[in-house]
Amino acid sequence: MTETPLIGEVSSGVASAALSGARIGVVTFPGTLDDRDAARAVRLAGATAVELWHGDNELADVDAVVIPGGFSYGDYLRAGAISRFAPLMSRIVDAANSDAKLPVLGICNGFQILTEAHLLPGSMIKNDHLKFLCRDQVLRVENNTTAWTNAYAAGQEITVPLKNQDGQYIADEKTLDALEAEGRVAFRYVGMNPNGSRRDIAGITNAAGNVVGLMPHPEHAIEVGYGPDHTGTDGLGFFTSVLNTLLGGK
Amino acid sequence: MPRIVVDVMLKPEILDPQGKAIVGALPRLGFTEFSAVRQGKRFELTVDGEVTDEILAKAREAAETMLSNPVIEDVVNVEVVAD
Repeated sequence: MTETPLIGEVSSGVASAALSGARIGVVTFPGTLDDRDAARAVRLAGATAVELWHGDNELADVDAVVIPGGFSYGDYLRAGAISRFAPLMSRIVDAANSDAKLPVLGICNGFQILTEAHLLPGSMIKNDHLKFLCRDQVLRVENNTTAWTNAYAAGQEITVPLKNQDGQYIADEKTLDALEAEGRVAFRYVGMNPNGSRRDIAGITNAAGNVVGLMPHPEHAIEVGYGPDHTGTDGLGFFTSVLNTLLGGK
Repeated sequence: MPRIVVDVMLKPEILDPQGKAIVGALPRLGFTEFSAVRQGKRFELTVDGEVTDEILAKAREAAETMLSNPVIEDVVNVEVVAD
């Protein structure tokens, strides 16, 4: 992936050879918007970003996969519904469900794709207020034992950008109760519920903890100088978490 | 060419934000007779030739697996329309 100059001060520590040896794939579909930012977050965390194309049949030996946000296939049919049938998605679903438990993170449209692919339960419908909403959103980390959240403290509150129109997370009561009972609510909205999501759910994990999806955008909060208090790095923990997981730190 | 029409609706227990906005706007044009609106999707699948039972079964399968998401939607109608 083309190197993008880093603007902010890089304060995430010195990338070691072990870190840069970790290959994190970033998938691009027609209509994906945030693949460059996701790749940049991967690099800032110290790993190597690997460009993956939706039509590929191979996972190119990546150690983890990020499915970034955007409007793949223009949100036609349902958000994420057509992307789910891309050849690469079959490989990702198989790898995520295999014994190797490939870590997979779905952000925004990526989360929608993961629900359409049945890697995560529930679905997203239009925001209850019907508007596209973009804001700095406070989230509480409810589960810090997943492949993508272990760098956070349990109950830690983080602020990352949120931007979507189809962000209302819904599932039937039985599924919601099961998610709560099994600790699979990974993130909850704090302060306000921006889209009517059931039980303020912002993100969830699968039972094994290797697949995580959320509507807000941690990949946009990885550099100092941005965000409401200019610390701007609350989202970087997703990408250092998966490196902890891959390097056996957790 | 015959077409197979597939109608998909949000499940009854799921609040339809778009339908709610529409019912709120109807009285502005004087339509005060309607107390609720739910918005759905209609698909038209064109078939080259006769619609056999097998093709209709395929259409039902496509409706259940791709045209609708069973988590949030129901397929409420699959029917053949001749031109």
